[in-house]
Amino acid sequence: MRGVIPIEAINKKARAEWIRQLVFVGPAVVFFTLIIAVPFVLSIYYGFTSWNGVTANVKWVGLDNYKQVFLEDDGFRTSFWFTARYTVAAVLLTNLAGFGLALLVTQKIRTSNLLRTIFFLPNVIGGLLLGFIWSFIFVKGFAAIGELTGIGFFELPWLGTSGTAFWGIVIVTVWQYAGYLMVIYIAALMNVPPELMEAARIDGATRLQLLRSIIVPLIMPAVTVSLFLTISWSFKVFDLNLSLTGGGPYGSTESVALNIYQEAFRNNRYGIGTAKALIFFVIVALITMLQVYVTKKKEVEA
Amino acid sequence: MTRSYSVQRLGLDVLGLAIALVFLVPFYFVGVNSLKSFGDVLANPAGWPEAVQWGNYSRVWEIMRFPSAFANSLLITVGSNLGLIVISSMAAYRMVRHPGRINNTLLLLFVAAMVIPFQSIMIPLVRVASTLGIMNSLWGLGIAYFGFGVSLNLFLYHGFIKSIPREIEESAVVDGCSPYGVFWRIVFPLLKPMTVTIVLLNSLWIWNDFLLPLLFLYDPGLRTIPLATYSFFGQYTKQWDLALAGLVLGVVPIVLFFLAMQRHIIAGITAGSVKG
Repeated sequence: MRGVIPIEAINKKARAEWIRQLVFVGPAVVFFTLIIAVPFVLSIYYGFTSWNGVTANVKWVGLDNYKQVFLEDDGFRTSFWFTARYTVAAVLLTNLAGFGLALLVTQKIRTSNLLRTIFFLPNVIGGLLLGFIWSFIFVKGFAAIGELTGIGFFELPWLGTSGTAFWGIVIVTVWQYAGYLMVIYIAALMNVPPELMEAARIDGATRLQLLRSIIVPLIMPAVTVSLFLTISWSFKVFDLNLSLTGGGPYGSTESVALNIYQEAFRNNRYGIGTAKALIFFVIVALITMLQVYVTKKKEVEA
Repeated sequence: MTRSYSVQRLGLDVLGLAIALVFLVPFYFVGVNSLKSFGDVLANPAGWPEAVQWGNYSRVWEIMRFPSAFANSLLITVGSNLGLIVISSMAAYRMVRHPGRINNTLLLLFVAAMVIPFQSIMIPLVRVASTLGIMNSLWGLGIAYFGFGVSLNLFLYHGFIKSIPREIEESAVVDGCSPYGVFWRIVFPLLKPMTVTIVLLNSLWIWNDFLLPLLFLYDPGLRTIPLATYSFFGQYTKQWDLALAGLVLGVVPIVLFFLAMQRHIIAGITAGSVKG
């Protein structure tokens, strides 16, 4: 029988391969399934029930939750409108600030390294603690600066009215994430070929033309990544929102994530909370995919 | 010519430092006021303390149970990192070397799931976790972090392993090394740069994470630093002298960690964003 591999040997080899597959990939699949996949599938089911968090009491109610969320829930609509406006403002300003800081620290200046560290620093602190820090700054710090300088901007009741509280959250978001985006934009700026800049300069291009016609088109991949990150961060804002304004005054600055949390864990309406969470997922997925599709088309090769 | 350049650069340096000052002002306010008496905070929030109150810190240290919160945060961060490194590096390695239909589908699922916001699945997750009996314990929280972190970690390892030539492993197999030996003794050490990046990204995320521990842990003895700060702030709102000392205690460990690791953290973010 030399030269022929016995069937058992093939089986044995296949079995050994399967065991290896299980040992290497199995644990990742198990944890992923238990923590992500099963809850995700369950969320589709619970969205159609009047579940109140108590295990025994899960009643099928069809589309009632969705009807209620879309037609009757003013709080949810307000929170969506707030989150959308906040996302637009935060994404634009954070990216502009991050790009500006990146341009600044990539000039040949002496303090470049020190500045990078300082600009990035707020980012390593979690949103919850940042919100608490800034609640003190808005209430006491700004008032003190206002008294010293007499500038009206610092004397506003920052967390007291819905308009200023909105901008308060935006300001903290820019402060928190500008440094992170700066790091991404620095990496992109380092990849812009100096010959290209030099050639354009010799042809008499102004600084603004250099920026608009050479730098920006070449760093579009970084713009894609940065927009993706900032859109998903802002859309999902929770910690900062909770600790800075708690959704106030009068629910005017409540984010969707906070609204979902309150619905489920404060009001114990898990069914409606889950329906909201699923709507939230669909919208986040659509927006981020659309954004990546649009900005990817604008990327060019150097 | 050269002179005008240097003046211009000096101007940029000054501009940069001015912006940096704006970035640092909140830290100044929090730091300086954490050392004041309550009356002093109200009367004079911008200036130096009239008399330095180190007592704020010793009181907060007790009330927040800071040593316990610190130990819990450290334990959960280190434990989750260890588990995540093991499961995601092994799975990514197998998926790169045996890209069959099953493994490709799995990879696609892992990556696609990164779009799901945490808040979209947190409600059923609490139900699943109590069925599994992993609520209200640090190791249970660690299991949840395995699930939430595995997608990104696996994705990053996958990209990295693709660039490692197969020949090194083949010669080890010829020398009689088992598949597990090949991975742990030959491949895993080669993954070190990516492992460093992943550990740093995971650490910043897990150390600062608030909502998942809030949902998982009820026992005050299990509180992590964000949870301890949250409950402390709830009790001592507007008592700024104590609240600010608590904030400083909460912020200091992660800031020190960043200053020690900043080169690696920034390199990691750059690498991660280029691939993502």
